[in-house]
Amino acid sequence: MTESRHTMSAQDPSERIKNFREVMCGYDEETAVSEAKRCLRCKARPCMEGCPVGVEIPAFLGLIAERKFEEAYEVIHRTNALPAVCGRVCPQERQCEGKCVRGKLGAPVAIGALERFAADYHMAHSAVPAVKTAAGRRVAVVGSGPAGLSCAGELARRGYSVTVFEALHLAGGVLVYGIPEFRLPKPIVLREIAELEAQGVEFVTDTVVGKTVTVEELFGDGYEAVFLGTGAGLPKFMQIPGENARGVFSANEYLTRINLMKAYEEDAETPVFRAKHVIVVGGGNVAMDAARCARRLGAEVTVVYRRTEEELPARKEEVLHAKEEGIAFRFLLGPKEVLTENNEVRGLLCTEMQLGEPDASGRRRPIPTGNTVSLEADCIIPALGTSPNPLLARTTAGLVFGPHGEIAADETGKTDLEGVYAGGDAVTGSATVILAMGAGRAAARAIDGYLKNK
Amino acid sequence: MNKILRREQLNESVVRIEVEAPRIAAKAKAGQFVILRAEERGERIPLTIAGAGGGAIQLIFQVVGGATMSLAQLGEGDRICDLVGPLGMPTPIEGLKRVAVVGGGVGCAIALPVARALCEQGAEVVSIVGFRSRDLIILEREFKEVSAKFYLMTDDGSAGERGNVCVPLARLLAAGEQFDAVITIGPLVMMKFVAETTRPYGVHTVASMNPIMIDGTGMCGCCRVTVGGEMKFACVDGPDFDAHLIDFDETIARAKTYAAFEKEARERHCNLYKIKGEHRA
Repeated sequence: MTESRHTMSAQDPSERIKNFREVMCGYDEETAVSEAKRCLRCKARPCMEGCPVGVEIPAFLGLIAERKFEEAYEVIHRTNALPAVCGRVCPQERQCEGKCVRGKLGAPVAIGALERFAADYHMAHSAVPAVKTAAGRRVAVVGSGPAGLSCAGELARRGYSVTVFEALHLAGGVLVYGIPEFRLPKPIVLREIAELEAQGVEFVTDTVVGKTVTVEELFGDGYEAVFLGTGAGLPKFMQIPGENARGVFSANEYLTRINLMKAYEEDAETPVFRAKHVIVVGGGNVAMDAARCARRLGAEVTVVYRRTEEELPARKEEVLHAKEEGIAFRFLLGPKEVLTENNEVRGLLCTEMQLGEPDASGRRRPIPTGNTVSLEADCIIPALGTSPNPLLARTTAGLVFGPHGEIAADETGKTDLEGVYAGGDAVTGSATVILAMGAGRAAARAIDGYLKNK
Repeated sequence: MNKILRREQLNESVVRIEVEAPRIAAKAKAGQFVILRAEERGERIPLTIAGAGGGAIQLIFQVVGGATMSLAQLGEGDRICDLVGPLGMPTPIEGLKRVAVVGGGVGCAIALPVARALCEQGAEVVSIVGFRSRDLIILEREFKEVSAKFYLMTDDGSAGERGNVCVPLARLLAAGEQFDAVITIGPLVMMKFVAETTRPYGVHTVASMNPIMIDGTGMCGCCRVTVGGEMKFACVDGPDFDAHLIDFDETIARAKTYAAFEKEARERHCNLYKIKGEHRA
């Protein structure tokens, strides 16, 4: 039996809190080969069941073990449009690695790290491919985040001529405005997008579908089907007194300033609030990203979460990294009031919670005890998820929306409007990169079926 | 796309540009805005569309910080790096027959297209515009063209009547003049006092908000405004709201969030352009 799971080297916490460079350093070839050999090649392939885009995991692990790195990348890329991204940001412990048989008697195979290795190898050993012009039937993809990119990649593979419309000035959606550089370096996102351009996908930025152009007009322009991957929309706030004071920023705003607008750079044109003590409210990946960015900008940071550590929805590695970086966690606290002075943040008054019976999500529901705690801060960042964007709803007649404003679509992404498909956070509410990619890919297959029968 | 077709200095710090933007021009309605980045590393800033036609839009802006300084550096033939729109909801003017349009300073650039749209739908427009002094007056001729009555105010009395825009507005209301709506666009403090002036008369009053924004599509929540106790996003729900329901004091406080940074950026840009100017000379 081969040895235990290989750890990946990382930037030292005391060093990395002073920069925005990538934390994890990746495997070298020898480590990757050795780790890939840990795969037991079980017949049932439970790891694949855990993958929302169905990557042929044992096949690519086998190729890495044989040192056929480029071939391993090809296998992943067949079903996953963004291997270098997923290897870095997927919650593997709840997906592929969570199902790995090796995990039952020790540590699972480091599938995520190996996916990243194969993708990084490919990027390092091949030139950025040339942009190609596609000549197939035209499909419009709205939104260039994980759902849109995955849908575009799958459609391009099936011979369609795809145009991706993006509202911001840069393609990538949450991969560029949300996830920080130290977790997902932006050159990697650019390269993944270049790979799609090489497959013939066209990107049009600075275009808000629903404003600059409507869905109906897209059909008029000759697109035969439309995929809506508009993502999560409006940030949710805490709905407590004081939250419009100076110093309260949604995680979306804080992260967009830092990641998309590079506000952390010395000579940046876009400002970001330089706080002494930041409180981040929430326990998901976005909360961890905001907390770790604030730390790198020099703040003392506390994460406030209303349940316990066990229920934290964030990826395990992010929580671990946050702790290593000196970020404090206060569990079983719910925000009650933002304490202010002259409209500036001075602290957060919290209610102590205890856990009651499980709620609809299966997690134990936090119940206020009545006791309060007051924490000092000059900046508060709620990271509480988002509700869908109303722009499409207002301008797309016939599109049906759910009770929370989410686009109503079936499991293939089909909406009530002919030729219009949807997927990702716009349909499910805040979820993960890989679930959005799964939905984008499923919709691409459904669009293919629809257009072949049209 | 995004090419600057014409550039005109309206006063020492206010510039009007006409930008080639056929997609935006075809859709733009009075009260809507664009978000732009003048240059590659620039900040995203919202600017209200001051006019549209012939495949181009007009933008009027005051040079206040780094981003507007970079924009002001661009000349005819140059391209704006990024331009997206039209964003926000159009100013609700449907069915209005008699309206007072109250503009202050560079806000007049936004008030003008609203006054023009009202005039075009056959409404009677009473325009009240205010500036600090004679040198800063912009768009006087254009306002007169679309207004049944026109009142010009300056703080120092160097042109028109001395005083602020609330003076003639209060006089008209006290004299029993009836308006279907008062639409006000200008500095926050001015709009707050316009709202207080009309409140006792129960005249429907609309204020156009111009808070800090990044994406302009509702994603960041940075432009949130409290209206009637509810949180609204100026970029998707506005920028126009019922002025009697807006929490102006909160908005005024929020507008100062990056004041220190903006001051520093302004100085940095001034120095930069001074150096560039010296090189050129």
